[in-house]
Amino acid sequence: MTATGSAVAVLAEPFPNGISHYAIGGLLVGLETAVIYLGTGIPAGASTFLESTLSYGSSLSRFQQYRPSRDWRLVFTLGIVAGAAIYAATFQTALLSSGLHRSATTGELREIGGVTIWLTDVQPWRLFLGGVLIGIGTRLGKGCTSGHGVCGVGSASSASVVGVATFLLIAIGVAQLVQAMGVSP
Amino acid sequence: MAEHQQHPLFLPLIFVGGLIFGFGLGFSHMARPEVVLNFLQFADLGLLFVMFGAAVVTGITFFGIERVRSKAPLTGAVYGRRLKTLDRNVVIGGGIFGVGWGLSGICPGAAYASLGVGNVFILYGIAGMFVGAYVQGFWRSTRAGSRQPGTTAD
Repeated sequence: MTATGSAVAVLAEPFPNGISHYAIGGLLVGLETAVIYLGTGIPAGASTFLESTLSYGSSLSRFQQYRPSRDWRLVFTLGIVAGAAIYAATFQTALLSSGLHRSATTGELREIGGVTIWLTDVQPWRLFLGGVLIGIGTRLGKGCTSGHGVCGVGSASSASVVGVATFLLIAIGVAQLVQAMGVSP
Repeated sequence: MAEHQQHPLFLPLIFVGGLIFGFGLGFSHMARPEVVLNFLQFADLGLLFVMFGAAVVTGITFFGIERVRSKAPLTGAVYGRRLKTLDRNVVIGGGIFGVGWGLSGICPGAAYASLGVGNVFILYGIAGMFVGAYVQGFWRSTRAGSRQPGTTAD
């Protein structure tokens, strides 16, 4: 193997699925934040929706502060679901294809009424228990991967940098531990 | 913030933003818990490009716009970056979030997108998130109420 070839191999090793679809996805997430911020001045995060939506059905004082924003946060979340559904109906269904996009190598693809849907193999108890901890943690900690990780880090906010470093390091530790204990998927 | 919604383009813009976000999360495969777990287990670091790529675009936008104009066209809101107070809650909450993220491979935005790609099993995760958000809201509402009426958190 040439020196150049082995250098490429070493660089490619952490990225067995390439980087193009990740990079394009990242640019789109950044574009979403930019579009909403430029138009409205709002740095929109995804996790406030959980509390703002609870204000429709609960009179707890904690949730009332989100009443003014709960309608647009619902619209935002419906947009996220719809945008992912457009992806499913195009690239995931192979109606559109690109050398920059990869199809699934995880989970299960299933065709329903001409649209290919994707289903996770991760066990329900992991999703539910993880979800409960995420619901508590993200609201107590003032943000999630989009609020702290994208809007906050993009704002060079020290609170967000600390928040991201904390949840990233802990998540890496927990994911490695779960794997070491033989839980899969 | 209710007056924002009086502009006829406010909700359509928010929806379009959501569409781009959801499509991007689908395209990058971040809507798949397995891909996130592979990242956290160092089997595929590609997800770095999603998070930091997005933050770079956002950073350029947030810092750049303040040099060009001061108010957002649809709301009249003065542009202000996302700066939260750094306190103990950021670290404790971030730690709890991290345990959940590492256990499940899901996070709020990616979970909504996962539903969009057809992953109905994600409803276990989304239901869990609402339970968790309610639990902390119940706890903080009761605590705030017993301590001093009218105190708002954050």
